Amino acid sequence: MADFDQPDTDAVLTTADGRPLRQALDRAMRRARWRAFLLVVPLLLFVVVTFAVPIVQMLYLSIHNPVFSDHMPRITAYLKAHPDVGVPGEEGFKALALDLADAKKNRTAGQVGVRVNYDRAGSNSLFKSGARKAAKFKGPPYKEKLLNYRQDWGEAHLWNVIRRASHAHTLGFYAAALDFTYDAGGELVRVEPERQIYVMLYLRTFFLSALIAGLCLLLGFPVAHLLATLPLRYSNLLMIFVLLPFWTSLLVRTTSWISLLQSQGVLNDLMVAIGIIGDDGRVQLMYNQYGTIIAMTHILLPFMILPLYSVMKTIQPVYVRAARSLGATSLTAFLKVYFPQTVPGIGAGTLLVFILAIGYYITPALVGGSSGELISNQIAFHMLKSLNWSLAAALGALLLFGVLGLYWLYDRLIGVDNMKFG
Amino acid sequence: MALPAHASTGERVWHYCYLGICCLIFLFLIAPILIIMPLSFNAEPYFTFTQKMMALDPEGYSLRWYDKILTFGMANPDIPREAAWWSDAWNNATWLHAMKNSALIGIVATVFATGLGTLAALGLSRPEMPFRRAIMALLISPMIVPLIITATGMFFFYSATGLAHTFIGIVMAHAMLGIPFVIITVTATLVGFDHSLTRAAASLGAMPSTIFRQITLPLILPGVISGALFAFVTSFDEVVVVLFVASYDQRTIPLQMWNGIREQISPTILAVAAILVVFSIVLLTTIELLRRRSERLRGISPG
Amino acid sequence: MKTLKILSVAAVAAGLALPANGAGAGEITVVSWGGAYTKSQVEAYYKPWMAKTGHKIKSVDAPNPAAPIKAQVAAGNVSMDVADVEYSDAVRYCDEGLLETIDSKSLPAGADGTPATKDFVEGALTDCAVANIVWSTIFAYDASKISGTKPTTMADFFNTKKFPGKRGLRKGAKPNLEMALMGDGVPASEVYKLLGTKAGVKRAFAKLDTIKKDIVWWEAGAQAPQLLADGEVAMTTAYNGRIFNAAAKEKKPFTIVWDGQILDFDLYVIPKGAPNKALALEFIKYATGTQRLADQAKYIAYGPARKSSGPLVGLYQDGKTQMAPHMPTAAANLKNALVNNFEFWADRASELNERFNAWIAAN
Repeated sequence: MADFDQPDTDAVLTTADGRPLRQALDRAMRRARWRAFLLVVPLLLFVVVTFAVPIVQMLYLSIHNPVFSDHMPRITAYLKAHPDVGVPGEEGFKALALDLADAKKNRTAGQVGVRVNYDRAGSNSLFKSGARKAAKFKGPPYKEKLLNYRQDWGEAHLWNVIRRASHAHTLGFYAAALDFTYDAGGELVRVEPERQIYVMLYLRTFFLSALIAGLCLLLGFPVAHLLATLPLRYSNLLMIFVLLPFWTSLLVRTTSWISLLQSQGVLNDLMVAIGIIGDDGRVQLMYNQYGTIIAMTHILLPFMILPLYSVMKTIQPVYVRAARSLGATSLTAFLKVYFPQTVPGIGAGTLLVFILAIGYYITPALVGGSSGELISNQIAFHMLKSLNWSLAAALGALLLFGVLGLYWLYDRLIGVDNMKFG
Repeated sequence: MALPAHASTGERVWHYCYLGICCLIFLFLIAPILIIMPLSFNAEPYFTFTQKMMALDPEGYSLRWYDKILTFGMANPDIPREAAWWSDAWNNATWLHAMKNSALIGIVATVFATGLGTLAALGLSRPEMPFRRAIMALLISPMIVPLIITATGMFFFYSATGLAHTFIGIVMAHAMLGIPFVIITVTATLVGFDHSLTRAAASLGAMPSTIFRQITLPLILPGVISGALFAFVTSFDEVVVVLFVASYDQRTIPLQMWNGIREQISPTILAVAAILVVFSIVLLTTIELLRRRSERLRGISPG
Repeated sequence: MKTLKILSVAAVAAGLALPANGAGAGEITVVSWGGAYTKSQVEAYYKPWMAKTGHKIKSVDAPNPAAPIKAQVAAGNVSMDVADVEYSDAVRYCDEGLLETIDSKSLPAGADGTPATKDFVEGALTDCAVANIVWSTIFAYDASKISGTKPTTMADFFNTKKFPGKRGLRKGAKPNLEMALMGDGVPASEVYKLLGTKAGVKRAFAKLDTIKKDIVWWEAGAQAPQLLADGEVAMTTAYNGRIFNAAAKEKKPFTIVWDGQILDFDLYVIPKGAPNKALALEFIKYATGTQRLADQAKYIAYGPARKSSGPLVGLYQDGKTQMAPHMPTAAANLKNALVNNFEFWADRASELNERFNAWIAAN
């Protein structure tokens, strides 16, 4: 419509019904755009609702935990009104005691206790027993009564933690997800070395994924090359070896690796039978990093071979022949002429395998033992077992940012519309 | 890739080494999947070959684990195998229950994913599509974002909306996970699509719906079907989301396998796995036939 | 037309597969721990109850039945009616308001007429839960695989020099830290006092360090006897009933070492918003009656939570094994026993599990 204001009077071409051609074309284009867009709309809505909204909600939960402020409204309000108070006086304790009494009545003391307990061990029982006690208070002095019951109520560290928990919006779970915590003085510090785990797991996830992507490349390259250079009737046949694993259930493949790798399993039996190892010297191939690496390399290998193959397929053999005829050795011809042409395939395959490996959960959980665990396993642990959902969300969010970064890279380098299977 | 006649000895040696290496890699790819087959006929409750199996003694083999697929979870597995036994198995056997769930969830999710996905792919492959790249990136992202994160997000979302532990919730999740595959396969078929065909039909006076049914659909059908198969397999294979948002009523085969491996690992799982391998061979064959058909169709199309 | 037909078929099929939540009058879902344990409950509780009342029970197994409760209650979509949970979970979930309260006075009196509140052993009744059994975590070994001296104490479990081979342990901080301290010579009575200190925790992890490279972790109760049977481990910690069953029923040469056993209750709870709450309560009242609890001991070696059930405990289902000496509560087995301290774990679980996770994740 912008062109409407600047008519180029004499030279306007018009359509049969007398409208300027440019305008008519614009209109037709716009309609075509709309038509194209409308076709996509239902799916877009569906994906937004079932995928984007849940993920945004998860991101929100990672910074929003209202358990304390919801169930302890009075003390939350008090702390908000008195931003500088450390351990409060009688007024604050009155708010606390009344909240605790309500929590006892509504049976929410446990939830509040668990929330505070994330940052200060021992708070769970303090809140639960405190709530039982406070429910019996007939009147002031609240501070004295609570302190008489447990000295902990006067502890500065506890009040630091309470103050932070009373903020529904917090970055505390991200701090925890990076092995940080608040010390007694309220400063952000690394947690003690024995409890540091997440940074290490992120790094391990990163390195193992890189290693697996590297192994996949190492194994995938020769196979893809063979498939791309063989006559079609052989390569189609051999392609089954790549596609069958690709089409086989992840759990089936993991199960078969369990039967192969366990210490009473097929591989160990084979080695004992051949005599490489004694019956008492069986090798631990599973429930450790080896298990994770072997099984995941196998599972992700097709994702490397297929993009490599589709690139190699397009490489003309004449270039290498030309190089050879110009006197290059086969090695030089390969390195200088063939290999550079495969780089797009290498990039696509490696990045895809790396991205997929970073989020793996099922396989490491079943064959990885503890040293083969990845960050996903900790997310599952907090979702399903410890039930610290905010921490799980924060851990997931950090992982998500990493993956999205790689995805962006993939899109820039290769383009998502160039992804193909089979 | 035949070796040229002028190859030197070193090249010959390397060539055969290379073929040997490739054979080993193919073995690595396929052996773990095929090993399941004989192991699932083990007469003993072990995950490895027994002496009798190695000696090919028929006594070392049995169908007991396949039988267990039927009897596990039954109320009265020991009564004579007549109508009552079979109806008991059909209604109560844990694995059959899981199979029914998996099939149903898979089919409904596939219908959703394929319908929506094909429609969107038609739009996405038009040159005039606005924000094509961004929308494509969003639609493909369920495949890229780690399942554990998707499942976590869904858990919160479903808890808030009451979709948790419902059949429709799982179906929606699985449809969403299958969509990228449909988009990718269908747009791939559309890339080589000869638009002069539809224009010709339009200029001859065909209605858009007729054009779609008579021209477009038959040509992209192979892509649509293979996309649908991908979507089905994605749902059929998915366990993390089910683990997070399903209840016992929606237990699927992968979830049952997952539980089985973690709780009480028995060769029944191998028997189920063997059946699934056969299933994937059937799927693979279908895909391959479709691909050939598609190539043939496009081979005769002009341009 | 065709598509429409397919869609409608799918929709009908989807309708058929919808869960029968709430709709099934006379059916409750009971979630338990699987394997031999669920089986004992099916025989001793479920079947007689179904025969008596005509209601149906859907039996579901989970690695830990407590784990889905919070998710289901939070989602407002509870699909279970009764769950069999550990003591610390019963207390914690009750405090978090995730469970229905159960009035312990409404429970039936013991067979000898003792009121329920006196008949149950101390601690077996809480605001929201009724205990059915006393169980314990012990360690066991395969007698056919260990020649010479047999292990007899918790210290032997941690001694891989004297008794080489892998060790199976439950994945998680709970029982392992207590067992490590006992294995380091701390008497049961001082374990929790010591574990409350930094030095105690450090000592426990240091002890676990000595066998770290030999540990195989298990998570579900059925895995422990399986690991032992497959020869994947030389010794494993386990729930005592599972080992007893493997030994008595499947004739495995497994031996239990009672030294340093850790006692715990399993309790029945009703998640808040359970679809068939009234029926669930009725079931719990029936199942935790004197005779039912005594009968369960026929199928698995867990002690009944009612005192009045004690004298009624007889023979194992094979008709010859006396059950009494196999109970965790038998006097001979209680010489150096620890009672699980739920309060301690309510406070320290998140911190110690974090540390535990960091410990096992580090190579």
